[in-house]
Amino acid sequence: MEESKKSTYAKLFFSVFKLSACTFGGGYVIVPLMRKRFVEELGWIEEQEMLDMIAIAQSSPGPIAVNASILIGYHVAGIPGALLTVLGTVTPPLITISIISLFYQAFRDNAIVNLVMAGMLCGVAAVIFDVVIDMVKQIIDRKRILHVLVLIGAFVAVRFFSINIIIIILVCGVIGALDSLYKLKAVEK
Amino acid sequence: MIYLELFWSYFQIGLFSIGGGYAAMPLIQHQVVEIHSWLTMTQFADIVTIAEMTPGPIAINSATFVGTLVAGVPGAIIATIGCIFPSCVIVMTLAYIYYRFRGLSVMQGILAGLRPAVVAMIASAGITLFINAVYGASALPSDLTTINPISLVIFIGALIVLRRWKVNPIKAMIGAGAAGLILFSIF
Repeated sequence: MEESKKSTYAKLFFSVFKLSACTFGGGYVIVPLMRKRFVEELGWIEEQEMLDMIAIAQSSPGPIAVNASILIGYHVAGIPGALLTVLGTVTPPLITISIISLFYQAFRDNAIVNLVMAGMLCGVAAVIFDVVIDMVKQIIDRKRILHVLVLIGAFVAVRFFSINIIIIILVCGVIGALDSLYKLKAVEK
Repeated sequence: MIYLELFWSYFQIGLFSIGGGYAAMPLIQHQVVEIHSWLTMTQFADIVTIAEMTPGPIAINSATFVGTLVAGVPGAIIATIGCIFPSCVIVMTLAYIYYRFRGLSVMQGILAGLRPAVVAMIASAGITLFINAVYGASALPSDLTTINPISLVIFIGALIVLRRWKVNPIKAMIGAGAAGLILFSIF
């Protein structure tokens, strides 16, 4: 029992450590990485649950990657788990930047680093497109017109009107709540 | 007391940056350039570039960078703790609420409404990244033919590998970096 607990903690810590060390190009990259590791490989969370976590991480203050790792840690091992995953998430950038800050001008102007980064940025975009294709497919497969409309509406709102993410989350939450109340009423009748 | 100032500045940055790294940028600038003069504007621009080139959230990266600069490694650790402290408290509270009440049918409804919205936001972030990768700009240029063909090839190649063979996204990103090094140096 003690052993398995220890191994869970170790797995948790090293998983988020590795994910954090690889989140190039902004917080959303954590979504495909989390999905691969925690949904597909370890089976610790479900895909739907992960989307809920991203919604919470997104609407809370602080970096999305940090918030998402707190949620995973809390889910797997309570408050100690959450503290462990926070530590695992902040350690890689702490180490990398401490080292790079010593010679950051040389790093920034290094031709090789810049070429690798330009290539990686394309890879990051592809990784996000890949996960979005899967998720959109799932929503369409469920054949709920309302959810497809929310998807399109939220996309247009954020992409073309740059509407604040918090407002979009609030509105979509209210739509979801009204939908479930309406369904309850329909069942009662 | 420099440690306390670092902690308090980054506590505020952590508390008020909602919605990802780009929302945090002006807050960081306000705290470290305007209020405290820990960094010059040029240094701030540098740290933004470095943060984009290295893994990890920009708020954490800048906390380490600024902390190291003004108070060495302990400064870096204290600024980082300040930055994540509000997240820890707020997100753990929300996590408790989520796991306690997610069984309720209204909560189920709210979450079902949120999920497509989250997918939409990830999609939008992906498009911004794509534009950045192939045009080197944050918005679409007026002349769409200025697209970088090599970047486009790497993007399409990576996407095919991901779709067809379900490779680990980390490997796909590293592979794209290696492809960038080779292709951009040849052409």
